[in-house]
Amino acid sequence: MDSTERLHETTGAVAVEAHARDHAHPRYLLVWLWLALLTAAEVAVVWFTALPKSWVVVALLIMAVWKAALVALYFMHLRFEPLRVAVLASSPLPLAVLLVMTVLQEYR
Amino acid sequence: MEAHSMPYYGGRAPETGLAVYTQKVGMWVFLCSEVMFFTGLIGSYIILRFGASETWPQPGEILNIPITAINTFILICSSVTMVKAFAASEMGDKRGTRLFTLATAVIGATFLGVQIYEYSELLGHGFGPWSGLYGSTFFTMTGFHGFHVFAGVVCMTWATVKAFRGGYDNGNYQGLEVLGLYWHFVDLVWIILFTIVYLI
Repeated sequence: MDSTERLHETTGAVAVEAHARDHAHPRYLLVWLWLALLTAAEVAVVWFTALPKSWVVVALLIMAVWKAALVALYFMHLRFEPLRVAVLASSPLPLAVLLVMTVLQEYR
Repeated sequence: MEAHSMPYYGGRAPETGLAVYTQKVGMWVFLCSEVMFFTGLIGSYIILRFGASETWPQPGEILNIPITAINTFILICSSVTMVKAFAASEMGDKRGTRLFTLATAVIGATFLGVQIYEYSELLGHGFGPWSGLYGSTFFTMTGFHGFHVFAGVVCMTWATVKAFRGGYDNGNYQGLEVLGLYWHFVDLVWIILFTIVYLI
């Protein structure tokens, strides 16, 4: 690869990155507010409700995943990255589920 | 056109295959391995807890939920200042970059301080890593996370010094972005740990 081809590839990558950055600064304080509200809601669900335990667990897990998704999508900018980066970032998730399910089977 | 006239990009060429620069790809690969590390810990916790659900303490019975909820909020705030530091650096706002990197380091250290206080209180009441499965899993998970925060605070302190020396000026924001990915990941892990260890 000569220097001109290398330059074209490089500038192309910069252009893609720059294009992504045009959308890369959402309202961070709004995300922060959501995270704070969800944290407060989690504590409230544990302390101030008389829901069955299974409902509480499901509600807590949903809110935890919601908060984690907000951090990953907006603070880690996964929403604005090329799809290939999102695929790379999410690649361990099926492995993580597989690991837990496998060990659970072993436990039983 | 010669290669030396390429646009400035932190002194290094980006990774063209993924259309992002190499350091960011490297950090994402590292974070993938970290996901598996914490999955091992969380998976072990779930299994051990299933096996001892009768004797497992209820939320708030031993652990202090209000203080930890505030600490969770503190770590969330540090994620905001981190991403604001990156945004300021990217937009050429030198003052904002310095202010927000400093704030992130201070808030991260505050989180650690609260965690040390929590540990000292628990140990003072005789609850330690030797206190059965609950104690050992609690201190293992939160301890490893705390170590990650400590490493992050050390890096943030270094980044703050670099920011005050102008190291992130003139479009050289890549290092801050990569460090930010690590910092946000540590926040994300805590969000999961807080729910699983303290609230469920």
